[in-house]
Amino acid sequence: MTTPVVVTGLGIAAPNGLGTKDFWAATLRGESGIGPVTRFVPDQYPARLAGEVPGFVAEDHLPGRLLPQTDRMTRLALVATDWALEDAKVRPQELNAYDMGVVTASSSGGFEFGQNELQKLWSKGGQYVSAYQSFAWFYAVNTGQISIRNGMKGPSGVVVSDQAGGLDALAQARRQIRKGTRLIVSGAIDASICPWGWVAQLAGERLSQEDDPERAYLPFDPHAAGHVPGEGGAILIMEDLATARARGARIYGEIAGYGATFDPKPGSGRGPGLRQAIRTALDDAGTAPGDIDVVFADAAAVPDLDRVEAEAVNEVFGARAVPVTAPKTMTGRLYSGAAPLDVAAALLAIQDGVIPPTTHVELAPQYDLDLVTGAPRTASVRSALVIARGYGGFNSAVVVRAAG
Amino acid sequence: MSDRTFTLDDLRRILLESAGAEEGVDLYADISDTGFEELGYESLALLEAGGRIEREFGVSLDDVNLSDITTPRALVEAVNELLSVDTAAA
Repeated sequence: MTTPVVVTGLGIAAPNGLGTKDFWAATLRGESGIGPVTRFVPDQYPARLAGEVPGFVAEDHLPGRLLPQTDRMTRLALVATDWALEDAKVRPQELNAYDMGVVTASSSGGFEFGQNELQKLWSKGGQYVSAYQSFAWFYAVNTGQISIRNGMKGPSGVVVSDQAGGLDALAQARRQIRKGTRLIVSGAIDASICPWGWVAQLAGERLSQEDDPERAYLPFDPHAAGHVPGEGGAILIMEDLATARARGARIYGEIAGYGATFDPKPGSGRGPGLRQAIRTALDDAGTAPGDIDVVFADAAAVPDLDRVEAEAVNEVFGARAVPVTAPKTMTGRLYSGAAPLDVAAALLAIQDGVIPPTTHVELAPQYDLDLVTGAPRTASVRSALVIARGYGGFNSAVVVRAAG
Repeated sequence: MSDRTFTLDDLRRILLESAGAEEGVDLYADISDTGFEELGYESLALLEAGGRIEREFGVSLDDVNLSDITTPRALVEAVNELLSVDTAAA
């Protein structure tokens, strides 16, 4: 029932690097992918910076048949899946279609595609709207397209819980593997840097209005004033340990524990649920707080939310008792893509014995965290905790652990 | 209304614009009698192509059951029939 579930392949599309190698090298150099928005003219909006994935030319990677029917987020997800399968040395056409499933997360769906079609609807009329609008904007579309392209007909689905969804999807993938599915493609890629996606995010009032890329996204800093949105994420190939070992796969690590909670109603007087999500994840992994070597923070960069996260970490681990980092300071917040990218970074941290830094942040003294700032820190990493919170009260935590 | 005709080249262009081409399929080969399914186009691709034909050629495919039309030749003929009816009525 509790067979270990491991990650055997990574596919990454991040603002500071396209592909695992580029992303990880940039991350260890402290190199940011945050800059002025180029995908549309942002001048009239109060937020004008984003983390955009560089150098992605869909035509170089995908067949012409797929281009008219896919949003940018789906194109990135399909290519990241190709890379993850290749990394895992899995050839899906050689496996039984029903032994493979797809569980991704999504926070907004294909907004750029949807916006273009809605513009046609308003300006020209319904007969100009693409037939592919029927699915190309939809939350589940990345899962569906990955399934079709790779012939994966086992248990599949999509999880929608804003940024927390990136971890909730991995948990659902793990459940399906424990129920007997051999392989699940999981993780998430979001990409909605378009006016429609932008105004939806602006309405949440958490976007930074700073124009200096080095001052715009500063979690746990006295100058924290919201986040920079980004695009991208990571796709992970997950299998049960025995199957992975039997085929001689390289094993990045185990998705060892998971916990999720929902915050109480505002004004109820009851405390936030994050601490309990972390405790549940640790219990599920059978891991004591002292065994966690690094925490990848959600890092909202909204002072109240930073305080809640710092308090939850310190209540569970003790003040300054565990290194905490937020490499997402180099990418912006990627919504559902953020946590899978953090999980990938945690697995690479385990592999290389190094904790990636939090960039441009000077820790505000009231948080009392051991925040890894400036440069990467060499450390033996066997277990890591990844935290992700979604707008509206979602709290999720995952423990990843070196295999064996 | 129109003395235009709808040619196989029009169809090739519209298919490419609306749905792209399947890898390994040459739309510029002799495809008149090759099934749309074999060419890699499912019903949604044909629906999208049909919408473009309607807009560009000013015909309505509402009374044409696209699922009965399985080859480029049949689609070209059906559209030209609509065009000739429009012309005769004008």
